[in-house]
Amino acid sequence: MDQTPGAGSVRLWRTLRKPRAAAGAVVLSLLLVGALGANWLAPHDPTKADLKLRLRPPSLEYPLGTDWIGRCLLSRLFYGTRLTLAVGMVTVAAGVTAGVILGLLAGFYGGVLETLIMRATDLLLAFPYFLLTIVFVAVLGPSLLNAMIAIAAWTAPHYIRLVRSVVLSVKGREFVEAARAVGRPELGILIRHILPACVPTLVVQAAIFCAQNMLMGASLSFLGLGAQPPSPELGAMLGAGRQYLRTAPQVVAVPALGIFLGVLAFNFLGDALRDHLDPTLGRAA
Amino acid sequence: MRAGGVTSLPGYVVRRLLGMVLLLAGITFIVFGMMYLAPGDVTVMIAASSPSPEQVAAIRRDFGLDQPLWVQYGMFLRRVAQGDLGDSWIDRRPVMPQVMNAFAYTLRLAAAALVLSAVLGALGGVWSAIRHGSTADETILSVTLLGISVPIFVTGLLLIYTFAFRLGWFPTSGAGSWRHLVLPACTLASFLTAYNVRMTRACMLEVLGQDYVRTARAKGVAERWVLARHALRNALIPMITVVGLQVGLLLGGSVITETVFGYPGVGQLVVSAISARDTPLVQACVLVTASGFILVNLLVDVSYVLIDPRIRLT
Repeated sequence: MDQTPGAGSVRLWRTLRKPRAAAGAVVLSLLLVGALGANWLAPHDPTKADLKLRLRPPSLEYPLGTDWIGRCLLSRLFYGTRLTLAVGMVTVAAGVTAGVILGLLAGFYGGVLETLIMRATDLLLAFPYFLLTIVFVAVLGPSLLNAMIAIAAWTAPHYIRLVRSVVLSVKGREFVEAARAVGRPELGILIRHILPACVPTLVVQAAIFCAQNMLMGASLSFLGLGAQPPSPELGAMLGAGRQYLRTAPQVVAVPALGIFLGVLAFNFLGDALRDHLDPTLGRAA
Repeated sequence: MRAGGVTSLPGYVVRRLLGMVLLLAGITFIVFGMMYLAPGDVTVMIAASSPSPEQVAAIRRDFGLDQPLWVQYGMFLRRVAQGDLGDSWIDRRPVMPQVMNAFAYTLRLAAAALVLSAVLGALGGVWSAIRHGSTADETILSVTLLGISVPIFVTGLLLIYTFAFRLGWFPTSGAGSWRHLVLPACTLASFLTAYNVRMTRACMLEVLGQDYVRTARAKGVAERWVLARHALRNALIPMITVVGLQVGLLLGGSVITETVFGYPGVGQLVVSAISARDTPLVQACVLVTASGFILVNLLVDVSYVLIDPRIRLT
């Protein structure tokens, strides 16, 4: 912990100015602008097909060309980035929420509740991750929403473990004892004193999980187990477009680049934040 | 330094085996539940057409669907123990032989990728570690982050485009000869290599700072010898755990790799089975893969103890 107020933000600023972190932040900002501004930036309707225009190379009207049924690839890239980023962020948000609640409960109260939560967590984590999402999708049926539920369900156990371990390490500390001694209610102690201790770890993990979950969402859609056509989800675009790889590589290259940049940006940021919050880790693994 | 109640290797293995059985029980229960939670009426799927009420009743009786759930689970476990997971709802053939056949292909692909990534990862990691802090080191780190960020299907398509379409060196899809294995194995190895480089580097950096390395250097041992005998050997220990963790990554990656290359492994089988709503086939794929995963993890844990006697058997 930094002793002087403001020192933390100075250090954070210094971290973000390192080349890789800066690159991550810039790319992510650009992607966010594209994703949020898709309605205004996209020159065409991303789902409007015109067979007369199929597989056109880039032109002034269609800056990135068109796909196999004549849809504008640039417009699909904007909307697809929105979907793909949303998959990453929403699943992480859902996983963090569930993980924080269950992790706090397990760590703070212990007992049967903890045993139940942690054994269920062990079981979920014992499954190879992709198999778990596949089981979920197989049961729920292939759709983007179901893929997201599956990904969030895979994310949550990681956060449960993480939060619980932080809670266990701080719940015996003096500031918690002090809060208890002055008669704060348990829920207040949990939220005001213990939760903040978990935040740094949560932030680093959130960036890394955003990258992973985006990849997983795009992978599931690529396999036909997530977003379904004609949705412009980037993975789905790639999956459906790969048969045109030889004749019109732009159909594959555009969504591939979108996914790659998004994942890279979050990985760069996560890496930098980890170095920042835990310098002893170095850049391990 | 052996702590806890269990002090012998056989005892440790037995305990781990018990844990494994419990885990398998959990997994079979999940797989069993899939049949009932999966969309669509089971009897309709089994009959493969719209059955009459009498047919529905007959199917429910034949398949034990009229029994209480725990009885059905018991029947399911018995069938699993006999290696019989029923017939495919699509082509009516027993699912187990199909899955085992595909599993052999997946193992071949996974083994090739694992070896490739371990060798490349170790070389890159050591190289990066001995040049710690240099431009070369920074470059390698950035490249590995790139490697982790490129989706496997993009790597695969890129390799197909370059080495199959443009250069014509390897076939785009299928299996059978070693040439069919090259591109999928490289694809699958690519992101694992990135992880391995980072892991090896971190382990090497830690070991290089140890007293015994300094002692070896002070004795005048040649640097190459210090790296090979003193540093790398000790750095290998944590890396074995990572290989164990990678089996999960490998499985996920192989599903995508196999689909991209039309490689007839379990991954491709499970994806097509899900799309076709062929629940028995999905169940068999999940069960076989999960069992393999658990077994490999057990082997990794045991080898870990064998290699490093300091590990506490708890």
